[in-house]
Amino acid sequence: MADTVTHAVQTPDIEQPWAELGLKADEYQRIREILGRRPTSCELAMYSVMWSEHCSYKSSKVHLAKFGALDKNTPRGPLLAGIGEQAGVVDVGNGLAVTFKIESHNHPSYVEPYQGAATGVGGIVRDILAMGARPIGVMDALRFGPLNAPDTARVMPGIVAGVGGYGNCLGLPNIGGEVVFDASYYGNPLVNALCVGVLKHEDLHLAFATGTGNKVVLYGAATGGDGIGGASILASETFEADGPAKRPAVQVGDPFMEKLLIECTLELFAAGVIVGIQDLGAAGISCATSELASSGEGGMHVDLDLVPLRDPTLAPEEILMSESQERMMAVVEPQHVERFEQICAKWDVLATVIGEVTDGDRLIIDWHGENVVDVDPATVAHEGPVYHRPLARPSWIDELNANSANALPRATEPDDLAATFLKVVTSPNQADKSWVTDQYDRYVRGNSVLAQPEDSGMLRLDEESGLGIALATDCNARFTLLNPYLGAQLALCEAYRNVACSGAVPVAITDCLNFGSPEDPDVMWQFSEAILGLVDGCTALGTPVTGGNVSFYNQTGGANILPTPVVGMLGVIDDVADRIGSGFVAVGDLVLLVGTTGEDLSGTAWADVMHGHLGGMPPVPDFDLERRLAQVLLASSQRHLLSSAHDLADGGLAQALVESCLRHDTSVALDLPEGDACVALFSETPGRVLVSLPGTALSAFRELCAQHGLPVTRLGEVTDTGYLEIHGRFALSLAEVRAYWESPIPTAMRH
Amino acid sequence: MTARIGVVTFPGSLDDADALRAVKLSGAEPVPLWHASDDLAGVDAVVLPGGFSYGDYLRCGAIARFSPVMDEVIRRAGQGLPVLGICNGFQVLCEAHLLPGALIRNDRRTFVCRDQLLRVETRDTVWTCDFEDGQEIVIALKNGEGNYQADAETVARLEGENRVVFRYLDVNPNGSLHDIAGITNERGNVVGLMPHPEHNVELLTGASIDGLGFFSSVQRFLAALV
Repeated sequence: MADTVTHAVQTPDIEQPWAELGLKADEYQRIREILGRRPTSCELAMYSVMWSEHCSYKSSKVHLAKFGALDKNTPRGPLLAGIGEQAGVVDVGNGLAVTFKIESHNHPSYVEPYQGAATGVGGIVRDILAMGARPIGVMDALRFGPLNAPDTARVMPGIVAGVGGYGNCLGLPNIGGEVVFDASYYGNPLVNALCVGVLKHEDLHLAFATGTGNKVVLYGAATGGDGIGGASILASETFEADGPAKRPAVQVGDPFMEKLLIECTLELFAAGVIVGIQDLGAAGISCATSELASSGEGGMHVDLDLVPLRDPTLAPEEILMSESQERMMAVVEPQHVERFEQICAKWDVLATVIGEVTDGDRLIIDWHGENVVDVDPATVAHEGPVYHRPLARPSWIDELNANSANALPRATEPDDLAATFLKVVTSPNQADKSWVTDQYDRYVRGNSVLAQPEDSGMLRLDEESGLGIALATDCNARFTLLNPYLGAQLALCEAYRNVACSGAVPVAITDCLNFGSPEDPDVMWQFSEAILGLVDGCTALGTPVTGGNVSFYNQTGGANILPTPVVGMLGVIDDVADRIGSGFVAVGDLVLLVGTTGEDLSGTAWADVMHGHLGGMPPVPDFDLERRLAQVLLASSQRHLLSSAHDLADGGLAQALVESCLRHDTSVALDLPEGDACVALFSETPGRVLVSLPGTALSAFRELCAQHGLPVTRLGEVTDTGYLEIHGRFALSLAEVRAYWESPIPTAMRH
Repeated sequence: MTARIGVVTFPGSLDDADALRAVKLSGAEPVPLWHASDDLAGVDAVVLPGGFSYGDYLRCGAIARFSPVMDEVIRRAGQGLPVLGICNGFQVLCEAHLLPGALIRNDRRTFVCRDQLLRVETRDTVWTCDFEDGQEIVIALKNGEGNYQADAETVARLEGENRVVFRYLDVNPNGSLHDIAGITNERGNVVGLMPHPEHNVELLTGASIDGLGFFSSVQRFLAALV
C-alpha cells in the first residue's frame, strides 16, 4: 500500500532513505519541521528532487541573486520578464517580444550522448514555448575532450546527431554555437542548448495557477519510467515483490511528439484557453505542480490516478518524479476545458484533467483515494536550502598567473612563421566545424539570414519591416581558468562583439554557467568571480541578464573542468537587409583592422597549439571600447559601408584572415603592422574587428572610427590570387590551407 | 488568373510555411491544405512539403501516404494535377507509388545540410518547363534519408524515358544511384526531389533564387492550359 499522510502521522519513527535520495541530515530534519511530521514517501521524493542542486540552485542562489540587482532595461526598453521566469523576455519593437534561454544537459549526454543531447534541446524548446512564444531557432555550445581521444569518437557523433536529430525534426533552424575541444571535458562533455522564440506582447504567458475551480490539465506524452533513478529507491521501499524494475536514468526523446506539442500549444494560446502553463522538465509533475501552485493564489488538488501512464506498474513516487519528455501542464477555466480538449485532439495530443485549483494554500495529491502529499507548495518549490559554500582563492592561481605566455619562444623567420600560422589555424579548435554544422538544418522556416560559420546567427522576425534578431554564444574557458572574473567578461565581450559585427544592437544575455564541484572552495571562488565579472560587465555594456542555468559537478576523473560560463547574447536589427557577413566578398576591397593589438599571448590558441601552454593573465576587456566599436558597426551597417566584418577572438588575426578568405573563396594580400609578427598574428587582444570595404567607403568609415576614437589600420586588400600573402613574410596557398583546415574533424570521426 | 497552389500540412511537416511563402513570392496564391481532409479546395497544383510526417516512424512517408488527403492527391494526380514532392514529400510520393523507387538512409549515415549544385536534366515536366535543359542551379539540400534507390530495370527506364529531372553535381551527398536528385512520372505532372526549392526564393535567406523556377514553371504550364 502507498505511504499515506495518515500512515506517516501514525508511524513517525519509520526509517526513510533520505540519504540515498541525496538529502543531508539537516535537510531531512527541516522537512520534518515544515510538515510537523515525517514526510510520506511521495513527499520525500518531491522534496529530495526539488531541493537537489539541479532544481534548487542551493549552492549558487546567493551568487545568482547579484544578477537580479542589475538594471532591467535593455537598449530597446525594459525587460518584459526576467530572472525567475522560465525564460527572459525582451521587447524588440513592432509589438513583438523575444524570449531566449540557454540550458545545460551535460551529464546525461556523457552517459547516452544521442538521447542526452536530444532531450537537452527538447527541454529548452519547451521552456520557450511555455512563455507563450513560438520557438524559431536553436543554437548549441558544445565542449568535448581532445578531438583524437578514443571516447570523443563515441561522445561527439552521438551528441551532434542528437542535437540535429531533435532540432531538425522540430523544424527549428540551428543557426550557430560553438565546438571546443579540451582535455578537461573528456569525461564530462558540455551540451548547452539555446532556444529563441518570438511572441506578441499580449501573448506573454507566465507560470502560475490561479482561480479556484480552474482545472489542471496534463497534456502531451504519457508518463513512463524515464529518468526517475532516485525514486525507484522509494518505490522499492513501498512495493516488494511486484515492484517496477530498475529505471533508466536518462530520458528518451520523441521530437515528433514535441512538434505536435508546439503546434497544439500555440493554437491553445491563440484560442485563449490557457490561464497558466508550465513545461515538465526536471522533477516532472513534482516540479510543475509545486511551482504552479506556489506562484499562484490558492492551492491545488491533484489525483495521481488520472495521470496517463505508459507503464501501469509505476508507483506514485515514480509518477511524481518521472522525467518523461514532451509533457506540459496547463491551468484552464472549466468552461474552456472542452475547447482545450478539441484542439489537443486535432493535433493527436493526449490531454487529461488531473486536478484543480483550490481555495486553500496546500498542494494535496491523492493516490487510490487517499492523501499521499499534503504540503505547502512554496516549501517544496522555493524554500529549499540555501548554502553559503566556502570559497577560497586557489593557492595555485598566483603561480599560474606568473607563468606568462609572452615569455615563450616565437617564430621570427618567414618559414617558421608560415609553419606556425598553418599549425595554429588548422588545429582542432580553429579548424572547420562544418562536419558538425552540416548535420543541422539551418534553412527551415525560411528566415535564417545568417547562420554558422558567421559571427552570429540572424533570424528575420517580420517579413514586412525586416525586423530581426542576432544571437551569439561564446566562452573562452582558458581565459576563465587564468582569471574567472576577466574570463567571464571576455566571454561577454566576445558575444557582444559578435552580435555587433552582424550589424545588430546587443541587448541582453542568457548564461549557462558550467563549473566543477561546488564542494571545492576553488570552484566556488571561480563561480563567484565569474558572476561578479558578468554583473560588472553587463552593467558596463547595458545588457541585462535575463536568465540561464547553472551546472555544477562537471569533472573528469575528479578533476574539475575549465570554468566555462557560456554567454548567449541577443541583438536586435531593424532591417535584416543591413546585415554584415564575416567573409570577404569582392576582389579589390580594402582590408582594415579596427582596434589596437597588445602583447596578449597568454591563454591564446597560439600558446596552446605551439607550446601546450596555459598560464599568465588574460587580456583586460575595455567595455567602453566595445560599446564604441558596436556603435561604429551599427552605423556602418545602416549606411552599408562594409562588405564584411569579422570579430578577432581565438587564433587572433591569423584565424580571422583565414576564415574571411575561405568563407567565399577569396584571397588577401597585406602588410603586417610594425612590431613582432607573432603578436600581430596571434595575440588575442579583445575589442578588434577585421573589416573589408570598397575604396569608395574608406573615408566615410575612417571618419566614423575617428568620431568614436577607434584606431584603424589599413592592412591590405582582397585579391583573387589564391594566396594568403603577407608581404615580406610568406604566402600560403589557400587551397592548401583549406585542405588542412577542413580535415581534422572528418578525419578523427571517420574511425 | 492567379494560380492557386495548395501545400499539405501533415503532422510533423516542417517546411510547409516555407512552401506557402515560396508560392506567394512566385506570384501564385498559397492555399494551406490539411492532412485529415480529403478536400483539395479546388487548387490547381499541390506541394507535399518537407519534414518528418508522422515522425517518419515505420519508414519515411509510409504513414502519410495513407492520410485522407493523399487519397485525393493520388486520384487527381492520375488526372494530371501538378504535384511536387519536396524531400519528405518525395518520400511520400514514392510510398504512394506515384513515383518509382525509394529513399533510404544516406550512405554517410548522417544528416546533411548544404547548398547543392544540381543540373536540370529535363524541362519536359510541369515543374521545370521554365528552366533550360542542362541548366545548373543551386538548391538547399537537407536530409537524413535521401539516398535514391531503385532496381536496375527501373533506373534504366527512368534514364531511357528522360525522367531523371535533377542530378547532383560536384558532390553526391547521400549515395543516390546515378546521382539522382529528382524524378518525374511518365506524364511529367508529378515531380519529386530531395533538395528544397522553397528555401531558394530570396537572396536574403538562400544561396540562390533558383527555387522560384519551380513555381514559375507550374504557373506557365497552368496558364498555357487556359
